[in-house]
Amino acid sequence: MSDATLPSASAQEPRRSASRARGESPVVQVILIAVSLVFLLLFLLLPLVTVFVEAAAKGWEAYRAAITEPDAQAAIQLTLLVAAIAVPFNVIVGIAAAWAIAKFEFRGKDLLISLIDLPFSVSPVISGLVFVLLFGAQGYFGPWLQANDIKIVFALPGLILATVFVTFPFVARELIPHMQSLGSSDEEAALTLGASPWRVFFRVTLPNVKWSLFYGVLLCNARAMGEFGAVAVVSGKIRGLTNTMPLHIEILYNEYMGAAAFAVASLLAGLALVTLVLKTLLEWHYGDVISASRHH
Amino acid sequence: MTRPVFPRLLRAGLVLGAFTLCFGVVAGARAQTELLNVSYDPTRELYRDINAAFLAEWNAKHPDKKISTIRQSHGGSGAQARTVIDGLNADVVTLALAGDIDAVAERSKKLPLDWQKRLPHNSSPYTSTIVFLVRKGNPKAIKDWGDLVKPGVQIITPNPKTSGGARWNYLAAWAYAEKAFNKDEAKVRDYIGKLLANVPVLDTGARGATTTFTQRGIGDVFLSWENEAFLALKEFGADKFDIVVPSLSILAEPPVALVDANVDAKKTREQAQAYLEFLYSPKGQAIIARNFYRPRNPEAADAKDIANFPKVELVTIDDVFGGWKKAQPTHFGDGGTFDQLYKPAR
Repeated sequence: MSDATLPSASAQEPRRSASRARGESPVVQVILIAVSLVFLLLFLLLPLVTVFVEAAAKGWEAYRAAITEPDAQAAIQLTLLVAAIAVPFNVIVGIAAAWAIAKFEFRGKDLLISLIDLPFSVSPVISGLVFVLLFGAQGYFGPWLQANDIKIVFALPGLILATVFVTFPFVARELIPHMQSLGSSDEEAALTLGASPWRVFFRVTLPNVKWSLFYGVLLCNARAMGEFGAVAVVSGKIRGLTNTMPLHIEILYNEYMGAAAFAVASLLAGLALVTLVLKTLLEWHYGDVISASRHH
Repeated sequence: MTRPVFPRLLRAGLVLGAFTLCFGVVAGARAQTELLNVSYDPTRELYRDINAAFLAEWNAKHPDKKISTIRQSHGGSGAQARTVIDGLNADVVTLALAGDIDAVAERSKKLPLDWQKRLPHNSSPYTSTIVFLVRKGNPKAIKDWGDLVKPGVQIITPNPKTSGGARWNYLAAWAYAEKAFNKDEAKVRDYIGKLLANVPVLDTGARGATTTFTQRGIGDVFLSWENEAFLALKEFGADKFDIVVPSLSILAEPPVALVDANVDAKKTREQAQAYLEFLYSPKGQAIIARNFYRPRNPEAADAKDIANFPKVELVTIDDVFGGWKKAQPTHFGDGGTFDQLYKPAR
């Protein structure tokens, strides 16, 4: 998408003549634009507006009550806590993986790249279920965990594991192409000037990719907070204890508390909007850097 | 070049991570007595009331053994049993049918196999039954089980594999057909097959099916727990739906049980036992009736609540099906009658 932005005014003229040369009539253009606009309105804007309208349906007091209610507060805190652990973890491991893949040649590199993509291709329900199969009471490590009184599934560690698994690719996926396109000449220069490897990493490699990294963190965080499927499987759905925001929303809706459900949903939607704005700003200012990282 | 921000950011991230981890561990280690009740789908409103009343009573009488919170988890009865088997740390299970607690006892070995003998009335503090919820005015003229298989009638019922209520629905329909067709098995199967063919969606739990029928507006008739049907009338107004009571239905006994291994590990046996016994107390029975479940002891309840319950001929699972231990594998096990007769529309 960012590839398509050709901002300068001088680019407009040749493009228009090109469309004329292809024989597209203005009518076709208008229809195409109208179709995509209608699609955006119907499938993106309308649902988003609905969330906020439904959330406000019973007034500000009801909205505040829904969000300050203890179970909702617990769900919000839990969601933030899970994201606060899963995202930094994925940032560190993602940077390490991207660095290894972009800067070094080694055997099994292709396999590693495919493995990083694995969480994208597996259904979130399966992602949750594997942890139940591994750490559940009937699972491979179940008896040992129980004997040592360690709780993983249906508790915080399970939620974090499932979230880490599902959101793992975001950071690495953003960084790998960018790091690859940059090559390693900057690092080599720094090394010849006598910098230590750590210094090279923190002062050359990371600053070079900081915007892709930020972009990856943004996407990773959005997904970490919004994940439903994988988390639903490992949560056990204990109210006020292992319910994250998306699960809490479903519960409220099922309890005929539509306005409250949408009030909490509006918080998540608000997060999505903030993410969108940040992402747009990033692309606006650093579009060339980010889009450079996407030519792959 | 400006001073790099990343080491600082990274350090901040690590500190934050460590802090939150400690917070999580500390929060987990708080020495407070909490009970976890793993229940089936429609009991959310019931246990909200029960928990508040029990907490007030218990904490007033036992200031030295206070319970801080009673946690709830709800879902399809079969699915909930599965999570307890997989290790969800339930003090008590309050499920839709004995077969699901049997499964917990057999697979997790956390409670004895004869758990159902430990509390009065087959460990079921209340009963319920299956009724029909139809759109106002009953436009499809659905009066009894026989009307469900008419062409063009859309039936909403959850999936019997995951939902307890759906299993009661299925068995009630089967019991009706056995009576109507004089135990002619071929005709009974034909009837059930036609009934299932009229089901457009199978939700996993009763509450999901209720929202499908009431909020999404799908279907002409909803085979529902009696309590769930009354609740829908209360939530959406009696001007939207009618309850139709069929000529025959099934006596549903949703049982409760202590999960021994869990309460012993958590040292909550005394509190959990008292919690279950509270359900049988006059106060508990009154709350049960107020939430549209049929109390075992109607005298304890408000006469107005009791008057709500329609009179209906109820068959029991023991009489018609030889109990859950037999009905479960025959009808809902892998390759059982449900698997044989349910053919989703393609």
